[in-house]
Amino acid sequence: MKKSYRLAATAMALALVAAACGDDDDGGSSGAQEEIGEGEGAISILAWPYYAENGSKDPEIDWVSAFEDDTGCKATIKEFGTSDEAFTLFGSGDYDVVSASGDSSLRSVAAGDAAEINTSLIENYADLAPFLKEKAWNSVDGTVYGIPHGWGANVLQFNTEEVTPAPDSWGAVFDPDSPYAGKIAAYNSPIYIADAALYLMATKPDLGITNPYSLDETQFNAAVDLLKEQNAIIGEYWSDYVQYEEHYTAGSTVMGTSWQIIVNTLQGADPAVPVDSVLPKEGSTAWSDNWMIHSDAKNPNCAYKWINYITSPAVQGTVATTFGEAPANLKACDDQADHCAAYFAEDEEYYNQLHYWTTPTKECLDGRTDVDCKDYAEWVAAWDEILG
Amino acid sequence: MGRGLGRDLGLTRTPREGPGCAALRPLSHQISTTMSSTKRVSTRRRVARHVAARPWLRLSGVLGPPLSWLLLAYIGALVALLITSLHQEVTVGLITRRITAPGLDNFRRLIETPVYRSVTVRTVFAAVAVTVIDLALALPVAFYMAKVASVGRRRALVILVTMPLWAGYLVKTYAWSTLLNPESGFLREFVGATPGYGIGGSIVTLAYLWLPYMILPIYAGLDRLPDSLLEASTDLGGRAGRTFRSIVLPLLVPSIVAGSIFTFSLTLGDFYVNRIYGNKTQFIGNTIFSNFSANLPFAAAFSIVPILIMVAYLLLARGAGALEEL
Repeated sequence: MKKSYRLAATAMALALVAAACGDDDDGGSSGAQEEIGEGEGAISILAWPYYAENGSKDPEIDWVSAFEDDTGCKATIKEFGTSDEAFTLFGSGDYDVVSASGDSSLRSVAAGDAAEINTSLIENYADLAPFLKEKAWNSVDGTVYGIPHGWGANVLQFNTEEVTPAPDSWGAVFDPDSPYAGKIAAYNSPIYIADAALYLMATKPDLGITNPYSLDETQFNAAVDLLKEQNAIIGEYWSDYVQYEEHYTAGSTVMGTSWQIIVNTLQGADPAVPVDSVLPKEGSTAWSDNWMIHSDAKNPNCAYKWINYITSPAVQGTVATTFGEAPANLKACDDQADHCAAYFAEDEEYYNQLHYWTTPTKECLDGRTDVDCKDYAEWVAAWDEILG
Repeated sequence: MGRGLGRDLGLTRTPREGPGCAALRPLSHQISTTMSSTKRVSTRRRVARHVAARPWLRLSGVLGPPLSWLLLAYIGALVALLITSLHQEVTVGLITRRITAPGLDNFRRLIETPVYRSVTVRTVFAAVAVTVIDLALALPVAFYMAKVASVGRRRALVILVTMPLWAGYLVKTYAWSTLLNPESGFLREFVGATPGYGIGGSIVTLAYLWLPYMILPIYAGLDRLPDSLLEASTDLGGRAGRTFRSIVLPLLVPSIVAGSIFTFSLTLGDFYVNRIYGNKTQFIGNTIFSNFSANLPFAAAFSIVPILIMVAYLLLARGAGALEEL
């Protein structure tokens, strides 16, 4: 009996090693998980605010508790405020899943932090909008690393009592003679340089910018100069959205780039803060977020269970209406037709007009080969200069 | 089965014990163990005798583990920081990173780029300002606590001074954020002026946050100062100002230096106050934070700067003789 036990244990250990090592000759799908096993009883979620809510902000806003009850996976939630934070925190290996935007997802893949995802285990994958799947920011060479969650545009938010007439252009936050100088906000991340580039796309067509994340020397310098000039009228560079809301409530900030969830929260506050949002005529930068699993996830089964849960139609409907974005799962629109219409959730043409956060690289993203573009490290260095 | 497996793995107890265990055990315990098991003139006893005859072995047994931890966690982290700062990250292709051979490029960039020079100067200026404000506030408060107040009042004041330390750093910063708001904050409403969220607001907030760290060492220093010295000075005709300048201040210098090390270094390292106040002011910490994920070696190089400033500050303090009584 002694011997047989040892033999069995050895066989099991060998099998585990073999499974872990995988077979490299198998082609694309060798590294991905084959099935969803028993839950590990825990999951660590790294998410944008309002993507994984357990009622701690507002007892009404809670979809994580139901997941915990269903699966027995106790969720620990960590919020981040910028994609740089997401990339760094996810790299620590302490988190099983992350809701990554396009400007951090590929960096996580390149750093080896992201696990290949077996889409056949994602029950709702077929129902997700086709124009979101296997895009440059969630897949590499046909290998899927991210499951679409939702998308939307960065909006121009303003205090309806202070700012009249209502703005319809990003020019409102770049006007050096703005009557609201000192009360205008910008987003504190190098990726905000793209917002300036987007504005220049419309106002200085001579620069020839076609993609705000793909800027050569001249285009980049023009965007950076615009932001340096803007610094004089900026009251805050926000990264903590709670503090940003607080400044609208207090009146020290009256206009700036924002997320729809911030507008919704302020409008629903008691007393309500008089704010509204607009998608300016120049279009906007935008995000298209994906759930990714860490390559060394401690709770891979719970991670798959979470992605299955968060991409299911009912939960997608709740998250999308709470956050103010288009859901990835089009079945969510059956119950949320008005919301989906307002956010163009099913409109591929509209989706393609927005400019989604993505990591700038030296090789120009817009296809130019005769010139080098500025990579993200240079964006970061320029951002230091802009803040001063 | 269990026993067999256990022995194979070395899990079962054997009479042998490593020398480390014996050395770490309190002496009294060693003696009682030795006395109760005199029959076995065991390895343990021989080890104990060996160790007892060599004080350095006992000492290294006791101090070794904490010291090696200190070396690894403290000095090791600093060395890692220094090594990282000498490297260079390069983006190749899409996002691949390669760390190139060691060099001083990061430090060259720090010195040659105007924005990093101004960030450093601004941070040092804020650290000096916070230290001066705290010193000006702490001297009278500490003097009152140590020399004037009754015993009961002194106790109450010590509690009041330390009380802000019971609340979290973030809570206090958020509270100051509402006080300082340029539109509708308390200061604007009731005082009529506010430093707002710029560098002024940051300095005021940090001066508040670190004030107890200045009051407590000065209070302790004044408490040690014999009253008879003050009386002697008065008897010899010294007025309050003269007594303070010639008697109190020279004796207080070590305490002031101790307090200023706290206020100075804590301000040098702070980044969260600026972050909450909307990032209109950049300290060294904010720039490190923003470069952390995109260019770790450069962030590491900038982290060396506050360390160098602190070393220079301590050398200066030592040169002035302020560290001798610490």
